[in-house]
Amino acid sequence: MEKVEQKVLALNGDEAVAYAVKQCDVDVVAAYPITPQTIIVERLSEYVANGEVETAFVCTESEHSALTACLAASLTGARTFTASASAGLALMHEMLFVTSGCRAPVVMAIANRALSAPINIHGDQSDTMAQRDSGWIQIYAENAQEVYDSVVQAFRIAEHPEVMLPAMVCLDGFQLSHSVENVGVLPDEVVKKFVGVRQFPKVLTHEGKLAPLRLDPENPMTLGPLAFPNYYFEFKRQQEEAMRRALEVIRQVHDEYAKISGRSYGDGLLDAYCLEDAEIATVCLGSTAGTVKAVIDELRAEGVKAGLLRIRTFRPLPVEGIRKALENVKAVAVMDRSMSFGGHGGAVFHEVRHALYDSEKRPIVVNYIYGLGGRDTSPMQIRAIYKDLQEIVQRGRVETPIRYVGLRE
Amino acid sequence: MTQEKGWREISIAAVCWKPNTEFLTGDWKTFKPIRDPAKCTRCLLCAIYCPDGAIHWKADKNDIEFDYNYCKGCGICANECPTKAIEMKLE
Repeated sequence: MEKVEQKVLALNGDEAVAYAVKQCDVDVVAAYPITPQTIIVERLSEYVANGEVETAFVCTESEHSALTACLAASLTGARTFTASASAGLALMHEMLFVTSGCRAPVVMAIANRALSAPINIHGDQSDTMAQRDSGWIQIYAENAQEVYDSVVQAFRIAEHPEVMLPAMVCLDGFQLSHSVENVGVLPDEVVKKFVGVRQFPKVLTHEGKLAPLRLDPENPMTLGPLAFPNYYFEFKRQQEEAMRRALEVIRQVHDEYAKISGRSYGDGLLDAYCLEDAEIATVCLGSTAGTVKAVIDELRAEGVKAGLLRIRTFRPLPVEGIRKALENVKAVAVMDRSMSFGGHGGAVFHEVRHALYDSEKRPIVVNYIYGLGGRDTSPMQIRAIYKDLQEIVQRGRVETPIRYVGLRE
Repeated sequence: MTQEKGWREISIAAVCWKPNTEFLTGDWKTFKPIRDPAKCTRCLLCAIYCPDGAIHWKADKNDIEFDYNYCKGCGICANECPTKAIEMKLE
């Protein structure tokens, strides 16, 4: 496919999500419309009210019900979308596992926001990090453009017959969800063709025949049944296998999309910046990468070999890619915008350090927890992290591996 | 349960690959419904209320029959029976 002409719209991250969903021929959107909901479903409800889409919009009484409605609709074969954030996502917790266990490819956008208490719905990644083991694919976008692109890709990835897993597209609350940017959008028919119609893997039903996995009176099947200790474990192993397969599918869908849009984000899993010859590097997720890249440009001009590895796909985690990308660096600072209380640092730190354990070179890895509850992270603070890394490389060791950015002592 | 399948062989999403009638759930019960045919008026309320469909009307016998392969012993039939013809007995 050839690269296509695109128009540029001024959209904030939420509107970019809604615009992409509008173009993806979604059958059902179920959502809870009040705080901590964002503009995403507000825009979608407008598209529905204006007759711009043929989508059934269901307002539910809670996020738990919203995801339950999406799951049920998805199991009938409908393309399904919802959005949430913060406490709303936390309330979905039970149904997140049911959705992934039922292999329902629901796509959900999350405007990453903090969890109470104290009450705070400003930006941080505590909400999605707390759901990282729920069996959902997690893609973290850096800017509103990537939010748009990722939502379009997410339907293809989630619904791929080899994957069949729900997917979250995560956008930093406020930095992305409420900031207006120029967003290039593909023509409606191009998106419709790219996403295509939903595919269904075949399953063996209780009538002894192979039928598409969806609720269909012509091919009755039992979905969401009980599984005793003699079978439950096997189904969980299948979900893990689907995650492994998703690594390749995410790459393929990303590359195919890059050809028509002209936009790419590394290999779709990891997005490296100035990393080939870097001596020191940071690792982060989401919008912070934009600030880090600006700081790297300054440092490079000063002769500092600084680099960045942005993890775009956190679930499934591209472990080998992380190892290969970072093993030649001398010191790595992993930035976490959430906490794992009582653990040794944040979740991203755990994963990156774990990936590097199998490397013979094993660079020094330190953790920087930052930006909780919407606290700003400035270029000066990022500079200070690289300065720390330079000192760590000089000394060859580190006494305090877990540090806090912009925290008052 | 000797020929259980591996994770590569089974349907995804835990879709049942055999009819639920092959899963005998009758061994879950602690109490077993025993009917006194003399008190029973064949009103069939028990068959209607049974959540497992384990009470059948047998037209040839002009009588009901409990299918103990699926009766979980919940006792709803005994509770609903207007003539108290069903007694729940410890198995």
